Amino acid sequence: MASEALGSVGVFVAILGGTLRGSVPFLFVSLGECLTEKSGKINLGLEGTLLTGAMSAYAVSFLLQGKLGSGLAPWIGVMASGLAGLCLGFIHAWLSQQRRVNDIAVGIAMIIFGSGVAFFLGKSFIQPKAPQLPTLDLGFWSTVPAVQSALKISPLFLFGMALAPVMHWFFRSTRWGLIVRAVGDSPDAALAMGISIPKVRMISIMVGSLFAGIGGSGLSLYYPGIWSENISSGQGLMAVALVIFARWNPIQCLWASLFFGGAQALGPALQAVGIDQGRYLFNAIPYLLTLVIMVLTCSPRKTLTGAPGALGEKS
Amino acid sequence: MEFRIRRRRFIQLGSGVMIATVAHACSPSSPEAGESPSTSGEKPITMGFIYVGPKDDYGYNQAHAEGKEGASKLSFVKTVDQASVPETNEVQEVMRSMIEKDGATVLFPTSFGYFDPHILKLAKEYPDVQFFHCGGLYQADKHPKNVGSYFGYIDEGQYIAGIVAGLTTKTGKLGFIAAKPIPQVLRNINSYTLGARSVKPDVKTQLIITGNWSEPVKEAEAANSMADQGVDVITCHVDSPKVVMETAEKRGIFCTGYHANQSALAPKGYLTGAEWNWSGIYSSYAEKIKAGQTLMNGGIPHLLRGGLKDGYLTISAYGSQVSDAAKKAADAAKEKFLAGTMVVYKGELKDNQGKVIIPAGKEQLQQDPELEKMDWLVEGVIGSTGV
Repeated sequence: MASEALGSVGVFVAILGGTLRGSVPFLFVSLGECLTEKSGKINLGLEGTLLTGAMSAYAVSFLLQGKLGSGLAPWIGVMASGLAGLCLGFIHAWLSQQRRVNDIAVGIAMIIFGSGVAFFLGKSFIQPKAPQLPTLDLGFWSTVPAVQSALKISPLFLFGMALAPVMHWFFRSTRWGLIVRAVGDSPDAALAMGISIPKVRMISIMVGSLFAGIGGSGLSLYYPGIWSENISSGQGLMAVALVIFARWNPIQCLWASLFFGGAQALGPALQAVGIDQGRYLFNAIPYLLTLVIMVLTCSPRKTLTGAPGALGEKS
Repeated sequence: MEFRIRRRRFIQLGSGVMIATVAHACSPSSPEAGESPSTSGEKPITMGFIYVGPKDDYGYNQAHAEGKEGASKLSFVKTVDQASVPETNEVQEVMRSMIEKDGATVLFPTSFGYFDPHILKLAKEYPDVQFFHCGGLYQADKHPKNVGSYFGYIDEGQYIAGIVAGLTTKTGKLGFIAAKPIPQVLRNINSYTLGARSVKPDVKTQLIITGNWSEPVKEAEAANSMADQGVDVITCHVDSPKVVMETAEKRGIFCTGYHANQSALAPKGYLTGAEWNWSGIYSSYAEKIKAGQTLMNGGIPHLLRGGLKDGYLTISAYGSQVSDAAKKAADAAKEKFLAGTMVVYKGELKDNQGKVIIPAGKEQLQQDPELEKMDWLVEGVIGSTGV
């Protein structure tokens, strides 16, 4: 009976479900960008990486299902998306470290390049149906289908959840983390320590891009589970802004991603119970939040706490 | 000094953005030329088709692309098309290049948002080229003579799908995921609801508007939210119904399709659907133009409309879950549409605010231009058209 209509409780279930489902791309892209920015570089191109990742994961999963079966193929797809991210990351890292090259401009070019590659190669994968990643049904205890569905969690989400504290620990307590931070905060000091700045930045950008690619596989192989040219609808860019919101702290990236994932679900969930006043506003919430964060945090007079000292400066 | 550096950085950034935007605007590939079956010495008629999304999206664009394929089978027709053209100045450039480079004399820019200002602007520039827009925006007194519009009463298909949905739902709640509250969309929502309520008067349709033609995440979110609220049959009016159909199937509820046949996406839950059948329409345009008829000389009507009877649409084959009673009721309605005796909008009809839209005893036939200005939702729809 409870399944018939959950009413206003249903809104919370829907937002909870939306948060768990929709935050995967935000989480991976923001963690990737966090790593990149900690090393002092900005990679705006992660929107393109997200799309390329989504496309390659879907394509590989679809093409390999006959050979490997639909259980293993999506996992190879996830790996392919990471690999695609790694390649795009390499291009960005190489270009943006050339003399007198601006990493914002390269990033914008990479958005167009990444999405162009994805659209071009993805044309023939719009229609077919690729095998999807399995989900963990944590809602088995409930008899309410809505709750069961909301708690169908992707292993990717759990992986992302685990990645955030690991990254936090990595930055705070490991030697390598210190090296990345040193390169991002004070390249001169890092140089004096005998660290190769280009090498560290190259690795940071590539690994960050790998994460973003995996985030893309979450879009195409988990939720919403298709490949289409509008699949990301700007989530990659929002996730980049989200890193500023999270003050370059991986744990806060996690919370911010959950928040943005939930904000996406708000509009449809409210309309489903008949609240459609201010529908455009609800639908615009993720974008509005991004804008507000940018306005609040981008003051020319003060630097942000937590911002890597050499972020975006020319090497 | 400080200022100068900043300014220089600003210019660098600014030019980066500019270049990026320009590059983006030019990025899609040039129009793909179709096969050119110019057999005899006669000059073929070149028809250009422009779609807002990919050609195999299981939806609106696929329906048009299939229509184009149909027309290109005619020996005297040469077709060019381009997919994924946004509703911006870019579509003007695409139209221009089809006219100038490919020699297109007939254009079918199929997306709703191409019309104003893009088609209107180009139509003034090229008075000899005929522009046919899919939709209901053409007004004889305002718009150029070489612009025409065509559209099908696909709401007839939605009415029939509504009947099937109404007789299938157990909870009495249907769901409709719509892109934008424009007349064509509202008409589908209303006809769907009227169809369902014609067989089960207490059925309600929950409406969710996503705000744009292609929003995969929001569409999936909307379908999930509706399933959470006990909706057990979902349909939609978005460019690509793929996500909606797949999500419905995942949640174990029913769905009815739109634009094209989506039964392959939801083998268990797909009931039926309203599909476009453009190839006949595009071919008949080509025949007329070959015979020397044009929009300008009055040979082709500026407004071309039709429904089931005229071959503008078809109904998907019934899914396995459709009961015999539902099949019978739906077939009966279909017969009436084919015979031209069905009236969907007749009094007394109230909107969902309780206001009488069509008084008792009056009826609005499918051809009635009033119906193309629809800005209300019929009684039984939960939702609103405004903000």
